[in-house]
Amino acid sequence: MIKRLLPYLFALVSGSAIAAAPAVPLMESGANIFDKASLQRGAALYFNYCGACHSLQYMRYNRMARDLGLSEQQVMDNLNFTGAKFGDTIHAAMPAGIGIDQVGGEDWFGKAPPDLSLTARVRGTDWIFSYLMSFYPDPNRPSGWNNTVFKDASMPNVLWDRQGIQMPRAAAGEGEGGHAGAPQFDLVKPGSRTPDQFRQDARDISAFLEYVGEPAALERRAYGIWVLLYLLLFTGVAWLLKQEYWKDVH
Amino acid sequence: MAGERTTTETGVLGWIDQRFPVVDFWNKHAGRYWTPKNFNFWYYFGVLSGVVLVNQLVTGIWLTMHYKPSAAEAFSSVEYIMRDVEWGWLIRYMHSTGASFFFIVVYLHMWRALLYGSYQKPRELVWIIGMLIFLVLMAEAFMGYVLPWGQMSFWGAQVIVSLFGAIPVIGTGLVEWIQGDYLPSDATINRFFALHVVALPLVLLGLVVLHIGALHEVGSNNPDGVDIKKKKDANGKPLDGIAFHPYFTVKDTFGTGVFLMLFAFVIFFEPTFGHLFLEYDNFAPADPLVTPEHIKPVWYFTPYYAMLRAIPDKLLGVMVMGAAVLIPFLLPWLDRSPVRSIRYRGPITKLALAIFAVAFVILGYLGLQSGSELQKLVAQICTAIYFLFFLLMPVYTKIDSVKPVPDRVTMHD
Amino acid sequence: MAAESVNHGRRRFLTASTVVVGGIGGVFAAVPFFSAWKPSARAVAAGAPVTVDIGKLKVGEQLLVAWRKKPVFIVRRSEEMLATLPGENARLKDPDSQVEDQQPAFAQNVHRSLRPDILVLVGSCTHLGCSPKLNAEVRPEPWDSEWKGGYYCPCHNSRFDLAGRVYDGSPAPTNLVVPPYRFVDDHTVVVGEMEGAA
Repeated sequence: MIKRLLPYLFALVSGSAIAAAPAVPLMESGANIFDKASLQRGAALYFNYCGACHSLQYMRYNRMARDLGLSEQQVMDNLNFTGAKFGDTIHAAMPAGIGIDQVGGEDWFGKAPPDLSLTARVRGTDWIFSYLMSFYPDPNRPSGWNNTVFKDASMPNVLWDRQGIQMPRAAAGEGEGGHAGAPQFDLVKPGSRTPDQFRQDARDISAFLEYVGEPAALERRAYGIWVLLYLLLFTGVAWLLKQEYWKDVH
Repeated sequence: MAGERTTTETGVLGWIDQRFPVVDFWNKHAGRYWTPKNFNFWYYFGVLSGVVLVNQLVTGIWLTMHYKPSAAEAFSSVEYIMRDVEWGWLIRYMHSTGASFFFIVVYLHMWRALLYGSYQKPRELVWIIGMLIFLVLMAEAFMGYVLPWGQMSFWGAQVIVSLFGAIPVIGTGLVEWIQGDYLPSDATINRFFALHVVALPLVLLGLVVLHIGALHEVGSNNPDGVDIKKKKDANGKPLDGIAFHPYFTVKDTFGTGVFLMLFAFVIFFEPTFGHLFLEYDNFAPADPLVTPEHIKPVWYFTPYYAMLRAIPDKLLGVMVMGAAVLIPFLLPWLDRSPVRSIRYRGPITKLALAIFAVAFVILGYLGLQSGSELQKLVAQICTAIYFLFFLLMPVYTKIDSVKPVPDRVTMHD
Repeated sequence: MAAESVNHGRRRFLTASTVVVGGIGGVFAAVPFFSAWKPSARAVAAGAPVTVDIGKLKVGEQLLVAWRKKPVFIVRRSEEMLATLPGENARLKDPDSQVEDQQPAFAQNVHRSLRPDILVLVGSCTHLGCSPKLNAEVRPEPWDSEWKGGYYCPCHNSRFDLAGRVYDGSPAPTNLVVPPYRFVDDHTVVVGEMEGAA
């Protein structure tokens, strides 16, 4: 709770330092990297829907397995579509011949699909969540899709079979996630998931990408508590020592 | 007795002391360095800057073991440290948090000098060396921030180095000379790495030694601004002085403990500190073709950056920013008050100091924003306040009332 | 100033406590710095065990794979080849593989391997590191008129038998190193991992 509040307290001081200047209001993802089940679901969705085109070049399969509580077998059978070794970093699944990592990606989408290892640290988890939630069909775009969070994005809505198809509402009103002006949509054609289920899918993927952005986040808080407790003890003893000597001073 | 010193010490200590004055050194700087007994909260920050310096040196050396100073590898080597190197994430966060805490501590340390007139005679040299440390620290921090080679590293370098281009005649050549290229690039990273890791730390250490040496030569000031050397006992020890060791070694140990708790809190719970210490854009690799929406320096430079932006003309802005950094050097000669400490100064000086501090903080805040017309106006006003604080000081410190300064320090038990 | 007497005992105790508590903290603080020197995840991944399919390896043939940037030889030996091994003991420096550093415990036998037919060796001469050549044929050679098959190192004439054991008269001091390895099944070897390893 305190940990969640503090960034906002600092924001009062630092003003717009908190915002990466997103001009578009964002939905609250509610993503929680400490929910292992969510991370596992997010990983499964990621590799099935995103991993064909997007690499996670700074994340290793074995690190992900360890942090998500998955066995080597589970990862290699269900998440590894590239034939990589367990200790390797994660690359996009498309064969090099199609050239997703190189010029080919640009030919397909006008821009090579970017690596997503650090997207959560650059744009924020809520941005990823809002982005996944905000696709709508647009016949003027080459992919047939557009996105209210990322205008003229080259990427199609790969999750449309789960989300269904939605159209943006004309006026921006009270946002879904509680931010005023967050994108508002009407579901025109339902997908395989209910709106609540799809929101959970997007939340899981966002949580997974937040984890990928900083895997150390899973462990640093626990260490921090021990360090602070130790320092409290040390400072306490140092205080007693100081008081004892300063009895001399008047 | 072929030239050894005479010593009363025996054993290993005696052997060393015959050849190098360790005992005298210890006495002069610790065991018999007579420190005013009325040091308060503001006097922790000198030692704490030393603590942070040690942190930066040790964590910095360790980062150098894994970091690769090339445009091709720098960014990924930082991610390598964060993920693949055991405990690399902790060492990195200690270093990045330390950089920001260095400035928090140093700014508060300098504020103490303003409060208590620590720059006044006979400590002008201590102040000047301290200002030099501040300049070197700013250069060190700037170059350190370029090394991760993120978007802000590149574009921050681009903006700041291009300021030198404002200098007439030599400007463009100078920019290329600093960069080693037509734009910040591989050549720039490599030389900034050499300066950041080797050259400037050596300069910094040398200046710190001189800083403390100059201080110890004349003795420390105190919150009352009283010269404790004026009242000594039969043995020549100042009545209001106590030995630095053990009294201030134990006090500073306690102070260090409190400091480390704040330090650890940030490192383990909020390492980006609301993205003030580690900015969003720097998690994206440098791309000369994509300009971030919002180029701004790290928070500790923003007061000066706000001044730069407040001035419409580029060259003039650079000169104003330079003048702002340099004018505090003159403080010992601008302050005409017969009294050192704020406790005994009049209302004009107190008001001036308060307004100055508020203006500086506001400038810092404005430097973080994108900058509207209203913000620019406020920045201009605050820049004026900043300079007037110094420029009018010879007048208002002279005409201001003063309270009688006591003979002896005042202690709140 | 020294109106009350100084409680030296308490001062010693508190000083000691501060030093001890601080020292403990110092030790814990040092751990990350020492650990940071350990091979990183990248180094570990690069040095990971290598899985080799030996299904198509014929008798007398040798496979070459890289493990931790070292050449590793995998040879399929015949019954005849294995039969020559005991007879060579008299001409060898370390016929019983007694130098423990040169092979895992499972290879301290006459054929220096897990399974008699499959030989796995680090292909680096124990003299100065050249790569010895496999000469499996039994026939007189310029370096040995009684050659029963084995490895010959062209750099300085070291000779090893078909179990990698070094011959007397060779500049190389020890037998060729057998790396850790295990069998997944009949035709799959994992070089770099021992049986029972995770």
